[in-house]
Amino acid sequence: MEVVIEIKNLKKSFGDIGILKGINLTVKKGENVVILGKSGSGKSVTIKCIAGLLTQDEGSLKVFGEEIKDLKEDELKALRCRIGFLFQSAALYDSMTVRDNLIFPLKRVLKIKDNALIESRCIEVLEAVGLADAIDKMPSDLSGGMRKRMGLARTLIVKPEIILYDEPTTGLDTITSKEISNLMLQIQKKYQATSVIITHDIPCSSITADRVLIIDDGVFIAEGTHEELENSQDDYIRSFFK
Amino acid sequence: MQKQLPFTKSLVAVADQAYFFQSFFRNIFKKGFEWDELFRQSYIIGYKSIGITTLTGFILGIVMTLQSLPTLKEFGAASYIPSMVSVSIIREIGPVIIALICAGKIASSIGAELSSMNVTEQIDAMKVSGANPIQFLVVTRILACAVMIPLLTIFADAMALVGGYIAAAMNGGITMTLYFHKALTILDYTDVVPAFIKTILFGISIGFIGCFKGFTYNNGTASVGLAANSAVVTSSIWIIIIDGIVVQLTNSILYT
Ligand SMILES: Nc1ncnc2c1ncn2[C@@H]1O[C@H](COP(=O)(O)OP(=O)(O)OP(=O)(O)O)[C@@H](O)[C@H]1O
Ligand SMILES: [Mg+2]
Repeated sequence: MEVVIEIKNLKKSFGDIGILKGINLTVKKGENVVILGKSGSGKSVTIKCIAGLLTQDEGSLKVFGEEIKDLKEDELKALRCRIGFLFQSAALYDSMTVRDNLIFPLKRVLKIKDNALIESRCIEVLEAVGLADAIDKMPSDLSGGMRKRMGLARTLIVKPEIILYDEPTTGLDTITSKEISNLMLQIQKKYQATSVIITHDIPCSSITADRVLIIDDGVFIAEGTHEELENSQDDYIRSFFK
Repeated sequence: MQKQLPFTKSLVAVADQAYFFQSFFRNIFKKGFEWDELFRQSYIIGYKSIGITTLTGFILGIVMTLQSLPTLKEFGAASYIPSMVSVSIIREIGPVIIALICAGKIASSIGAELSSMNVTEQIDAMKVSGANPIQFLVVTRILACAVMIPLLTIFADAMALVGGYIAAAMNGGITMTLYFHKALTILDYTDVVPAFIKTILFGISIGFIGCFKGFTYNNGTASVGLAANSAVVTSSIWIIIIDGIVVQLTNSILYT
């Protein structure tokens, strides 16, 4: 299988504080990798490095075989068109309606000009996340969970090859969480998308994960399938699943 | 971090601004220019400020006339009122006052808007959505200011002449035709052209400093207020500096 993300000995610090202390990760095409870890352990920083939003201090990070930190502005922009990123905070554009939030990536990543096609893509993706009737609302009129789902819709609308999910189900009720997790699974199956999923939601991990990694103090301390880690000998690792 | 002297600090600030400016400049000519956003921003910037700039211009004209009338009358020179008001408003007071008002209104709102977009990761979201934030946010806003602030100034100048006429008419009975004839014939291109160029530069510095502060202050919600505040202060300083430079250049080019 083709390797799409290859991280070797990645280190990143802010000021004097080391956050990532040697991350190693290889993700193959079509794989769903779940990252678990305590709050503040550097999960968001890791996927921001993958999207080129942060630059590592040391180590190598290749996406589709290209070293991210060596890319020029335009090359990085082109590469990012193949990557979807769901922000922990959803990061909706406040000044635009839900529809314009969706059109923004659609026009720029896929360069679609046909208005009818744009409209049908928007409705299709909003239905998938259960927000079809919010299309003309402003982000400020959405609830926390709706914003999260809206962020997911905006990420998925361009059908990226790699999807980086930062806590996709946080703040959602159990039923909606399950639906979203199943949607993520479906997207993996349907489009052979590769995903890195950060979550604290164990059911989400058990539904979506092909492989689970646990990050602690800037390094991965365990790796395996969801079942393997859930039944680990190590109390600390098992404690993530309770 | 090493402690910096105030002087070094302002040098570093200017260097940062210069760097940001060249990245703005490079992005003007990149393909994929955001026309829609340019028109939207021009509309917002022009429309939001037209009320306050019109009112300011109008009152400025009245006040200028009322303030100078007694003195000029004393010297029997009351008939110079239209020319005096016209020259001083159009050459200097109009552009500078309107630019300072726009610094308070536009630079602060751009600074706050971009800073809050930065804090809430919206700018990162644009990057991963295949957009270039400098091109989409910065280029459009600066160019919109460069176009709209001259227009607002011209409009305010015109209102100042109207205000001046009303004040003069009420205090000495000058006809409208005579007033505007005197006010407009005194002007030649050496008054109008430098003033117009100046307003374009003011517009650029307002948009530019707003964007620069919005991109620089990106740590936590507190920085939104700081960005707005510092955008007003810094762009006002630039307006004064640019004004001084343009006056000096105009004088040395035209009158020596
Ligand atoms: N831009 C930044 N500047 C300085 N420090 C940062 C920055 N981004 C993250 N950090 C620090 O890096 C550490 C890890 O942050 P990160 O956001 O990756 O945590 P996380 O694992 O995603 O936690 P959570 O589950 O709460 O989202 C935190 O201690 C945070 O303070
Ligand atoms: Mg996080």
